Amino acid sequence: MNMLTDAAVEAVLTEAPKETLKMRGSGVNVFYGEKQALFDVNLDIRENQVTALIGPSGCGKSTFLRCLNRMNDTIDICRVNGEITLDGEDIYDPRIDVVELRARVGMVFQKPNPFPKSIYENVAYGPRIHGLASTKSEFDAIVETSLQKAGLFNEVKDRLHEPGTGLSGGQQQRLCIARAIAVSPEVILMDEPCSALDPIATAKVEELIDELRENYTIVIVTHSMQQAARVSQRTAMFHLGHLVEEGPTDKIFTNPDDKRTQDYITGRFG
Amino acid sequence: MSETTATAPKPFDWSSPEAMAKRKRRYAADRRLRLYGLVSILVAIGLLGILIASLVVTGYSAFVQTKIAVEFTADPENVPAEDPGAGNFRAVVSNAVQALFPEIENRRELRTASKILSNGATTIVRNHVIANPGLVGQTFTLEVPASDPFDQLNKGVIDRNLPEDRRRVSDAEIELFESLEARGLVSTPFNWGLFFNADSRFPELAGLAGAVVGSFYALLVCFLISFPVGIAAAIYLEEFAPKNRWTDLVEVNINNLAAVPSIVFGLLGLAVFIQVFGLPRSAPLVGGMVLSLMTLPTMIIVTRAALKSIPPSIREAALGIGASKHEVILHHVLPLALPGILTGTIIGLAQALGETAPLLLIGMNAFLTSPPGGIMDPATALPTQIFIWADSPERGFASRTSAAILVLLGFLIFMNAVAIYLRQRFERRW
Repeated sequence: MNMLTDAAVEAVLTEAPKETLKMRGSGVNVFYGEKQALFDVNLDIRENQVTALIGPSGCGKSTFLRCLNRMNDTIDICRVNGEITLDGEDIYDPRIDVVELRARVGMVFQKPNPFPKSIYENVAYGPRIHGLASTKSEFDAIVETSLQKAGLFNEVKDRLHEPGTGLSGGQQQRLCIARAIAVSPEVILMDEPCSALDPIATAKVEELIDELRENYTIVIVTHSMQQAARVSQRTAMFHLGHLVEEGPTDKIFTNPDDKRTQDYITGRFG
Repeated sequence: MSETTATAPKPFDWSSPEAMAKRKRRYAADRRLRLYGLVSILVAIGLLGILIASLVVTGYSAFVQTKIAVEFTADPENVPAEDPGAGNFRAVVSNAVQALFPEIENRRELRTASKILSNGATTIVRNHVIANPGLVGQTFTLEVPASDPFDQLNKGVIDRNLPEDRRRVSDAEIELFESLEARGLVSTPFNWGLFFNADSRFPELAGLAGAVVGSFYALLVCFLISFPVGIAAAIYLEEFAPKNRWTDLVEVNINNLAAVPSIVFGLLGLAVFIQVFGLPRSAPLVGGMVLSLMTLPTMIIVTRAALKSIPPSIREAALGIGASKHEVILHHVLPLALPGILTGTIIGLAQALGETAPLLLIGMNAFLTSPPGGIMDPATALPTQIFIWADSPERGFASRTSAAILVLLGFLIFMNAVAIYLRQRFERRW
């Protein structure tokens, strides 16, 4: 008993307030049919930090990301075992409500995918289905603050009722971020959010990610080493379904423990 | 020229006669392939052209109707003012014919002369007087249709120069008709009766109203059944059903159903809907139910294809902010798939509109002289009306058959045009 309490006290003392654990994956294995895509992955996601998942194509980083809000449930042949927790609760527990989980752990996809509806409707849709607002003015407020947080409001405030698909690629992606923010998630998962964007749009989204860190916990999958270095505080390197190495971004990029990480970040493979 | 080393392959000479000949053969093959396609399309267009042309040639005359302006007198002796409907209109018509031809004296000749007017003249005059009771005791002019032989004579289908024994109208009759023509009483206005009359034994009075209304009711029933059921089945199969052997079996059988000959569905309708459920024969309700059996597989296949064409990114977007499955489907996938579904529905209904065999089996080829008042009344449909008319011996029905086919084709072209418009207008590209 005492030992445990001491350990807990120690944990609280050593971890700075900003270093609280938000999500934790322990012993995560994922199978697509017979094929195993992830092998015994243990990874902690810290609150109000940006965690970057890097690694060559097919290494399982997107698979791990999609486990964090159970998007893999939509794939029939996908099986997940091990434990993933959100605030200490196992998200694969049968008693967990997936709808609530996905509202708390939002997601932004590789290709901007706004609904073919108005900009306003894109943002208001989530709050509407979850019943987060009831009056017109409440919806207006949510839409405005979400767009503001996504850094898009000034660009679209005069055309909120025009289709979201008419925006440029970068604006669409920020609209998707606003849509995710509108349901007040705690964690935002981003699956290569800039891979379909030009460098200027990418810079804007990266800047936005850095601002969002203040209020949200962010996990981002990226193929760009520079992006991982620029936006993240912690980096996890995946290779062939294994978590190779995880640590503060500075350390991963300057002094990695593993040879494979060294090779990957210096462009020797991947 | 022939200096070559033993090891390196000879550099290919693009300008050698063999190489040039080979290239020429390849270009010729390209041109032949193109030509085959062009010839096939020309053949198809040509056949379609012949079909339409032959229909127009035989059918156009049914779009006009020979009418004769006759003066009728509704004298109170024959038509009682208190109850015009009970009047002796046969006498009214007969008196009018006598007035047209004052020179005729014996009854037999008068009866011959009466045959110039349609058999329905009595009813037409009666209805006119009932609608305008003030006409009792008055003399009024009414255009009544000429009977079929004289209609055909006027349209030139019956040749006046043929010997008398080889045509249906005698010289004496032609003389009477020509005297009417000379007095300017004969006209050939547009035949609205073709669209507003129900069927009749007399071609000059027969119209498509009953068939159009019957087809409309049958298609309505068909739509009301196959649209919701088809969409619900497709949504289940596409979005919910686990992929296992049972759903594979269901899928294969749906595809098979689409290929079942329509007459089999007619037999099923006869055996089940009429015999077992005791639904009325010849009713559009049963017709629509049978047609919906046929359109259902098409609807399911089309709807599934439309659902499948919605990019997964839209589903992921909705799931990603916590939409539940029904919200993903009803708020996002289905609305986006709707143009495709509607297009498929219209094409399925157009197919059903042209379907004849199952309707014959359930008795929707009845001879009916008034349009159905509802889905339980006996009715015909456009294709079965064509079938009935094609079976009738009178000359007038030949042209009416072609005209009815043109009307049916018109409806089909219209429905397909709507489908194309919907697709162009609402289809979204990603």
